[in-house]
Amino acid sequence: MKVALFVPCYVDQFYPQVAIASLQLLAKLGVAAAFPKQQTCCGQPMANSGCEQDAKPVYHHFVDTFRDYDYVVGPAGSCVYHVRQHFDIIDQTPAVQHVRTATVELFDFITQVLGITELPGAYPHRVGLHLSCHGQRGLHQANESEMTPVRDGRLRRLLAGLEGLALTELDRNDECCGFGGTFCVSEAAISARMGQDRLADHVRNGTRVLTGGDMSCLMHLEGLVRRRQLPMRVLHAAEIFNGALA
Amino acid sequence: MSQAPNHADRSERFLLDEERTTWHDETLWFIRQKRDRAVYATPEFQELRELASQIKDHTLSRLAEYLEQFEARALANGVHVHWAADAEEHNRIVLDIVRQARATRVVKSKSMLTEECHLNPHLLAHGVEVIDSDLGERIIQLRDEAPSHVVLPAIHLKKEDVGETFWQHLGTEKGLTDPQQLTEAARQHLRAKFLAAEVAISGVNFAVAETGSVVVCTNEGNADLAIGLARVHIACMGMEKLVPRLSDLAVFTRLLTRSATGQPITTYTSHFTRPLPGRELHVVIVDNGRSQQLGRPDFRASLKCIRCGACMNTCPVYRRSGGHSYDFTIPGPIGAILSPNIDMRKHASLPFASTLCGSCTDVCPVKIDIHTQLYKWRQVLGAAGEIPASKKWSMKLLSRVLARPGLFAAGGSFARFGLRFVPHALSHAPGYNPWAIARELPAPPQQSFRAWYAQQRPNQA
Repeated sequence: MKVALFVPCYVDQFYPQVAIASLQLLAKLGVAAAFPKQQTCCGQPMANSGCEQDAKPVYHHFVDTFRDYDYVVGPAGSCVYHVRQHFDIIDQTPAVQHVRTATVELFDFITQVLGITELPGAYPHRVGLHLSCHGQRGLHQANESEMTPVRDGRLRRLLAGLEGLALTELDRNDECCGFGGTFCVSEAAISARMGQDRLADHVRNGTRVLTGGDMSCLMHLEGLVRRRQLPMRVLHAAEIFNGALA
Repeated sequence: MSQAPNHADRSERFLLDEERTTWHDETLWFIRQKRDRAVYATPEFQELRELASQIKDHTLSRLAEYLEQFEARALANGVHVHWAADAEEHNRIVLDIVRQARATRVVKSKSMLTEECHLNPHLLAHGVEVIDSDLGERIIQLRDEAPSHVVLPAIHLKKEDVGETFWQHLGTEKGLTDPQQLTEAARQHLRAKFLAAEVAISGVNFAVAETGSVVVCTNEGNADLAIGLARVHIACMGMEKLVPRLSDLAVFTRLLTRSATGQPITTYTSHFTRPLPGRELHVVIVDNGRSQQLGRPDFRASLKCIRCGACMNTCPVYRRSGGHSYDFTIPGPIGAILSPNIDMRKHASLPFASTLCGSCTDVCPVKIDIHTQLYKWRQVLGAAGEIPASKKWSMKLLSRVLARPGLFAAGGSFARFGLRFVPHALSHAPGYNPWAIARELPAPPQQSFRAWYAQQRPNQA
């Protein structure tokens, strides 16, 4: 199985530790992922801004970069969702179709492709899980409160399986954090307020480590945590599992 | 810089009052939770949504046929049927009916369509008194405001605001905030208006093609009282309100209020099929841009909307910006996909007033893919040049960088290097960096992942 690590542009530049943790975690699970170094970005920033046509060269570049891999694994649900959902505006050649279905979010890859539903290790902390909307509602990684009162999801189960880890029960389990890509600057006031409300829910219910499967939401939330100096660490779930797994 | 205010500007103003924003968010979230409980208690809810969606898709695919069927049945029932291409024609038709009835006093029950057509100012300008009889509508009418929600038109107001308004307009005691006493004052005031009205105007929640009847759903019974008392009833409906059969209606009455407020059904679901002897029943069928939307394959499904307001109650942006921030008759996510059809330039910021979280799509009782349409409107607006020039050019530049790995790596190192050495006050200056108004930038790491990876594996290409 040929696996490529897809490192979203902002993770590459600002959160190298998340990509390193993803690479190491995959290695510990027996997957030697390659990092094709010509990769850049999925094109979502342009497309979400209404400039999908400008994103086309980026889409083609993405497909050219990853076409020879069986799986393209990324630690960001939103970018993965973008590739799978919105690469429909370029010619659907076999390579494009292959890359769209082969691009998988890290924890979907671990649970759905590798079939690993429990990761060993201990993490004795109060952990709050932030569900990324594109992961949850787009990739169907977790139940939605719009449909059912049962709070369940793949990452939630993996986290709950770690020894000593206590999951925070939030008042609003799956409200959006307000990042929204370029929304976070074009609607800066609302975006900040949504993030502050999300964090208040975590603080109120005891979260000391805030985690999730999507670094973009966490980048926004971390920026708010640091500005307000809230007593909370922000870590991508890959960092938690990589650290917990010997 | 001197552009007309957009959604972001208007929400920024709304957000200045932090406490009120919290109250607004929590009030609407409370309604969303009531909706959730009603949905969880209805095991077949998702099947009902699918059924409703298919009925609406089918109806829209043969809208002309069903409209003609409806008209034929209604005429046979002794109903007067009028067709209005736009708001102006709608207003003219309504005024003509009022004049022919030699009436000057009109009572209106809730109708988003007549809001959309700005009927009230038109009637008032022609010497006709028009009184909104829905409590929320009456409150905002007294305040000369637009509704901020399709089901809860005065949801932006607190009881203190209502007390103030009633003190000014209805002569209640100053500082009165007891909801029961305020409601009683409104009842007494409205009762006189109901009794005096010669014409009753109502909206239409559903129109049934096979029977030619219109269905009006209310909780207050105000439509029924007005229609029962007045000699002439004018029902104003958007042309997308049709369902083919009476049995189809059952699907929608089960979905409408569960989605809207968590109630199993509205208190009153009234069918109007034929006028009583000596009375008149008019139905005005309005297009006003609907045909145009029907002709847009990507956005046609927006016409399935039954105006339950669930997408507003669930929208984390709407809850924190208020209905008026949308500056369109129908606010919230559904308004953001309906409004560019009417005036693309004026409403260009609305499809961007969303994180695309998708909750609107998941609560929609007729399964409109609202967040997908928001994304698609963005593309239409981008292609039409209706996005800010700064955004347009920065995205073109970004695309060039991201299609060239060398340029991307170099640009990234440059930015990280810059961030490490530029003083915090400069990198976080709110005038230049909207990110930094409320947030810190990520702490720039020494090296990117790609640089780390190259060090680990010096022999790899």
